[in-house]
Amino acid sequence: MSALVESLTDETFVLNLGPQHPATHGVLRVKLRMDGEYIVEAEPVLGYIHRMHEKMGENRTWLQYLPNTARLDYLHALAFNHVYVNAVERASGIEVPQRAEYIRVITAEMNRISSHLLWFGAFVLDLGGFTPLLYAFDDREQLLDLLEAITGSRLTYCYFRFGGVCCDIDDTFINGTKTFIKRMRERLVMYRNLVTDNVIIIKRLKDIGPISAEMCRRYGATGPVARGSGINFDVRRHEPYSVYPEFDFDIPVYHECDSMARYMVRMDEMEQSLRIIEQALDKLPDGPYLLPKAPKIVKPAKGDIYQAVESARGSLGMRIVSDGSNTPYRLKWRSPTFSNLSLFGEACIGMLLPDALALMGSLDLVIPEIDR
Amino acid sequence: MNLVAIRERLAVIPDITLTETEYDKKGYCLDIQVSAETLVRTVTEISAAGFFIEAITGVDWLGEKMARYKETVDRIKAITAAAAKAAAEKGEEPPPAPPLPQPPENPLDDLEVVYDFNHFHRFCRIVVRVRMPRNTPQLPTISNIFPGADWHERETHDFFGIKFIGHPNLAPLLLPEDADFHPLLKDFKA
Repeated sequence: MSALVESLTDETFVLNLGPQHPATHGVLRVKLRMDGEYIVEAEPVLGYIHRMHEKMGENRTWLQYLPNTARLDYLHALAFNHVYVNAVERASGIEVPQRAEYIRVITAEMNRISSHLLWFGAFVLDLGGFTPLLYAFDDREQLLDLLEAITGSRLTYCYFRFGGVCCDIDDTFINGTKTFIKRMRERLVMYRNLVTDNVIIIKRLKDIGPISAEMCRRYGATGPVARGSGINFDVRRHEPYSVYPEFDFDIPVYHECDSMARYMVRMDEMEQSLRIIEQALDKLPDGPYLLPKAPKIVKPAKGDIYQAVESARGSLGMRIVSDGSNTPYRLKWRSPTFSNLSLFGEACIGMLLPDALALMGSLDLVIPEIDR
Repeated sequence: MNLVAIRERLAVIPDITLTETEYDKKGYCLDIQVSAETLVRTVTEISAAGFFIEAITGVDWLGEKMARYKETVDRIKAITAAAAKAAAEKGEEPPPAPPLPQPPENPLDDLEVVYDFNHFHRFCRIVVRVRMPRNTPQLPTISNIFPGADWHERETHDFFGIKFIGHPNLAPLLLPEDADFHPLLKDFKA
């Protein structure tokens, strides 16, 4: 082999993916070192939309911080509402009425489906399939209309309050949700026929982007990423919160460790969320939706508390440190995508660039939640 | 690996304080206080027991020592006042007031780093805490044990200025690349 050919084969170049790239779904930049079409090294660069939500918390009261929580993960905002109110209620000893807990579970699960639907559409779009996005947005639209009617917003919900939720659900909502469940079940069949069984999708995803269970452990990856690697871990089961123990639902786990497994986990989860909503609507108890004497000023007990919930992307945690006053001393968000993305640098080495994009899509990134 | 087994494994480490906490009240099962010297050994044991890393964060305890001093003084004053009142009711001389402790001079407060670990298959959430004086914020890195700790340590360095010795790349992660400030320190002014 001549010296010229040798130096050509050793040649690598740097490729910037983002921060304005459609496949990163937000302002994320990935610095790639490429050897031809193959990735030698990848380094995600974060912080383009860092807003310092944790410092903001130290400058306002516990109640005033509530709207901030929805601005972190705009796709599953109610999970962020949920973890925050749960942590504060736990620290201040506020009992939540049963009806409120049920409403929280119903709306949070609807929000999970809407989040998975957006991911589904955008993920297939990344892979070159344009049609499913329009179908997914059609379904998501129905959900957003239902949620808008009771929460007042379509994306950045601020619906939960310390001691309950801010307004009750009515018959229009209940009937609308029941109609939606029926419709969604038919749509899921259509999605399976149209997308999941499609040979192009299977070829793009099967055996692409392997993430082992041990890798999930070392990086702290949770949610559908871990469940696609054979780890049966879901905070709703593992550390039950709210009224989740009262419902019968399965946790989909796939052992293939590839992008297809992560895709399947999310598709199956939508059906499980429908089951939870259905049961919750059937069992919905009467009573107040907000504690009649819900405190206007909360002062959580001195010390710290960790609260975890299952967001659409994994184990979402919040550590609150209180000094006993009405402003937080320290708030820490443990956002699931932050950990899920941190394994990307190791997982994508040696992959083709289009395959790495399939892997990145299967991680379901929401950038504001990573950057906080 | 259950709670008892991990406790036994960790108990042999010097300078370690293990406290079992009520999950319902705290959200974690085991609270561990270690020194900077034994941190790596503790985390190695935790990793060997199959735990995964949830998060790393810091807490700035500026003003904590002064606040504690004030609490002590208030307590002593309350006791003295109560004793004087009781004596006055009986018509006796009030007992002599005990001397108050000296206020701490230029108290050096602590920074705390909090590590959260959890287990995929067991119900056992662990918190590891390390404290260090504010003027020497240094800790050994654990990113060689948990590669996921890499970003968490960079974030903690961004926000609190804590140096993780041995970290491969402690450049700002979320803050701008030329940032020389640490916004979550309590004496940070924008």
